[in-house]
Amino acid sequence: MMQPPDLPDIEQRLAIICERHDCEPHRLLQILIEVQEMYAFIPPEAITTIGKHLNLPRVSVEGAAGFYSFLSLEPAGQYRVLFSDNVTDRMLGNEELMRHFCNRLWLEPGKVSEDELVSTDLTSCTGMCDQGPAALINGWPVTRLNRERIDLIADLILSKSPVSDWPPTLFEVNDNIRRTARLLGEPFEPGSAIRAALMRGADATLGELKLSRLRGRGGAGYVTADKWTACRNSQGAARYIVCNADEGEPGTFKDRILLNRYADMVFEGMTVGARLLGSAKGFLYLRGEYRYLLKKLEEVLVQRCEAGLLGSNILGEPGFDFDIEIHLGAGAYICGEESALIESLEGRRGRPRNRPPYPAQHGYLDQPTVVNNVETFACAAMIAACGGKWFRETGTRDSSGSKVLSIAGDCTLPGIYEYPFGVSVQKILEDCGAQEPYAVQVGGPSGILVSWQEFERTISFEDLPTAGAFTIFRRGRDILEAVRNYAHFFAHESCGFCTPCRVGTQLQKKIVDKIANGHGTASDLEELKQLGHLMRTMSHCGLGHTAPNPVLDMLQKFPGAYEQKLTSLSFEPAFDLDAALATARRITGRDDPWAHLP
Amino acid sequence: MADEKRKIRIATCSLAGCFGCHTSMLDIDERLFDLLKMVEFDRTPFTDIKHCGPCDIGIVEGGVSNAENARVLREFRENCKVLVAIGPCAITGNVPALRNNIDLWDCFQEVYLYDPGTEGKQIPNDSELPLPFDKVYPIYEVVKVDYFLHGCPPPAEAIWKFLTDLIQGKEPEIDYELLRYD
Repeated sequence: MMQPPDLPDIEQRLAIICERHDCEPHRLLQILIEVQEMYAFIPPEAITTIGKHLNLPRVSVEGAAGFYSFLSLEPAGQYRVLFSDNVTDRMLGNEELMRHFCNRLWLEPGKVSEDELVSTDLTSCTGMCDQGPAALINGWPVTRLNRERIDLIADLILSKSPVSDWPPTLFEVNDNIRRTARLLGEPFEPGSAIRAALMRGADATLGELKLSRLRGRGGAGYVTADKWTACRNSQGAARYIVCNADEGEPGTFKDRILLNRYADMVFEGMTVGARLLGSAKGFLYLRGEYRYLLKKLEEVLVQRCEAGLLGSNILGEPGFDFDIEIHLGAGAYICGEESALIESLEGRRGRPRNRPPYPAQHGYLDQPTVVNNVETFACAAMIAACGGKWFRETGTRDSSGSKVLSIAGDCTLPGIYEYPFGVSVQKILEDCGAQEPYAVQVGGPSGILVSWQEFERTISFEDLPTAGAFTIFRRGRDILEAVRNYAHFFAHESCGFCTPCRVGTQLQKKIVDKIANGHGTASDLEELKQLGHLMRTMSHCGLGHTAPNPVLDMLQKFPGAYEQKLTSLSFEPAFDLDAALATARRITGRDDPWAHLP
Repeated sequence: MADEKRKIRIATCSLAGCFGCHTSMLDIDERLFDLLKMVEFDRTPFTDIKHCGPCDIGIVEGGVSNAENARVLREFRENCKVLVAIGPCAITGNVPALRNNIDLWDCFQEVYLYDPGTEGKQIPNDSELPLPFDKVYPIYEVVKVDYFLHGCPPPAEAIWKFLTDLIQGKEPEIDYELLRYD
C-alpha cells in the first residue's frame, strides 16, 4: 500500500473550504468533492477535520466519503483514469484500449502505479455512448478513444503535464442532435415561460400543466401536475424544486445535451415551478460525470440573474424570489432515485428513504419538495409558454408530447433524436441507420430488452416507457455478454441497504458469470428466475425492483444467447475444481491421485 | 414388524466448519429421543461411520476448503435425496473464507517457512494430507443444494422445526423470530 503523503497545512486549508460552505453539514458531499480535487484523495486527517468543523461524528463523514465512487479514501495517484464500461463502450473495444493503456504505463487496473503517478479502473456509463469509448481523467471526460489517443494520453501523463494543459480536442464533446420535434426544435426565448405564467396566474398555469397531461420523463411517468399539486397542498416551512440531472442509467445521455444547449429552458421550467408552488430555492443535482458542464451552467445562472429571471423580484414581480444552486454528485447511480438524491443533497450517503411519505410531502430537509427530471422541467417551460393544449397535440392518448431519445450502439448515426410519443422501434431503427438490428435495450438495463420480433412496438407509457436510452445490438452480438455487463453494473451500484438487492444483485452476477464461463445448467436458469422474482417483490427501491429485468428478458426472449453455453440439465460446479487445486499442487510439489479432483 | 414404516435415514458431516452447528443439533436435548424414533443415522460424527450410504437427508456444515471436503460433499450429494446446507460456513464460506484474501503461497511460506516456531522449514507434501483449494468455496458452488438453514449456528429450535417438517414430508417453515439475529 502507498504511504499517505505528509500534509502539514491540511487543517488550515480545510478550514477555509468548510467556512466557505458555512460549516453546513448538508454541504458535506460538496466539501468532500473539493478535498478530493485538492489532494486526489480524501486523507484520513481530512475526515477528522471536516467532522470537527461540521460538528459531525467522524463515522458520518467517512460513511459519506466511502459511498461515492469518485471519492477515494486511499491515494489514487496524480492522474486517475476511469474507463467508461457501458455495453456501448464494450462494443467499441474499451477493454482492449484499457489493456493497451495499462501496458504503456505498466499499470494494473485498480492499483496505483509504483511512482504514485497514475491509477486506472472501470467506471459505470459516463453518458458519452454516442462518442465512445470514453473515459474520465481526473473527472474530465475524454471521448472517441483509440490507440493513438491512448498513446497521447500516456505520453502526457508520463511528461506530468497538468490535465488543464492537454489538447482540447481530447475533451471535445459533441451534441449530435439528429432529429428535433417540438421540444428541441421550437425556438425558446428566455423569460417567455415565466412571463406567460405570471400573466396567466399560478392556478391557471397549473391548470395548463394538468391539461397538457405531462408525465415525468425520468421513466416512471408520474403525472407532473399531480406531483406539483400534492407538493403545493402540503404544509411546510419552505418548498423546494429539485432537478434530477443524475443521469446514470447506462445508455442515457439526453440530459447532457439539454443542459449543454437548453439550460435556459430547464432553469425556466424550475422557475415556473417555483412560482406555482411558492418555492424560493431550487437545486440542480448534477451527476459527477457531467462536472465539466458546471462552469457553463453557473454562467447561465448568472446571466439569468442579470436578466432578472432569477434572484429576487423576478421580472419585477414583488415577492417572487427564486435561486438555483448546483449540487454535484460523485458517481452513484442510486442517487437518480429521488429519495436517495435528497439524502445526497443533504450531504449523506445516497440511501433511498422509505416511501411513503413521498418527497412532495416530506422531501429536502423534511419539507415539501418536487423532484423532476431535466426533460420534465424543459417540457414544463414549453407548456407554460405555449399552453397545455399545444403540448397535447403530439403524442398518444396517455403519453402526450415528445420524447428525447439517446441512441447508441450498432447504428451509423448515434446521437439525440426527439420523436413524438407513439413512434415505433422500427421507424427509429431506420432513421438512425441501424445495421441488421437484432435487439434494442429500451430505457437502459432497468428498462426492457426488445427483440427483433417486437420492433413494431412503440415508445410510449402504454407500451415501452423509457427515460431515453435506446441501445441497439446488431445480429451476431452476444446478448449474454450484454446482460452480463448489466448484471455487473447493478451489483456494483446497489447501495447495500436492503438484503434482497445487495445479495440478489451479487448472486445474479455470479450465476450469469457461471453461465457465460460455460459452467451453467438448467437449474441455474431456474435459480435466476426465482431470484429475479424475489428481487422484484422484496427490494427496498426501484434499483432492486428493476435489476433482474435484463436477465429475465434474456431468459424469455433470447434462449439462443445462453442455451449453447449450458453444460447439462442437472448441476455443474461454479468453478473448475481440479484447477482450483493447481496452486497447492505447485506449492507442495504433489501430483498423487489425492491431489486431483476429476 | 413388517408394517412398521421405514425410518428416515440421515447423514451429517462437518467440512470447513467448527462443529458449532452439530453442537446446536445436539441442543435439541431430550427431543433427541423423539428424533431417534423417526430417523436413523448413517454417516455422522455421532456414529463414526466413515462413508455415506443411500440416505434421505444429508446435512452439511462448513465450506469447501480442500480436496477431501469436495470428495465428502460429492459423496453426500450422490447418496442423499435432499441436501441441506446448515450454517453460514456451508452457505457462504464464512469465517474460513477469510483466508480467501490471502495468497496461498504467502500463507504456506508464513506458516511453514518463516515462522520461527517451525522446525525443518519445509512445506508438507504427504499424500495423506488434504490438498487445499486456492480459496474456500460455499457448498452450493460445488454441488446442488436443496435447502439453506441460516444462523451461526442455527438455534436448536430452528433445527428441530426444520427436521421435523422435512421428516413429515412438508416444506420446512421456520418462524421469522427464529431466523432473526439483529
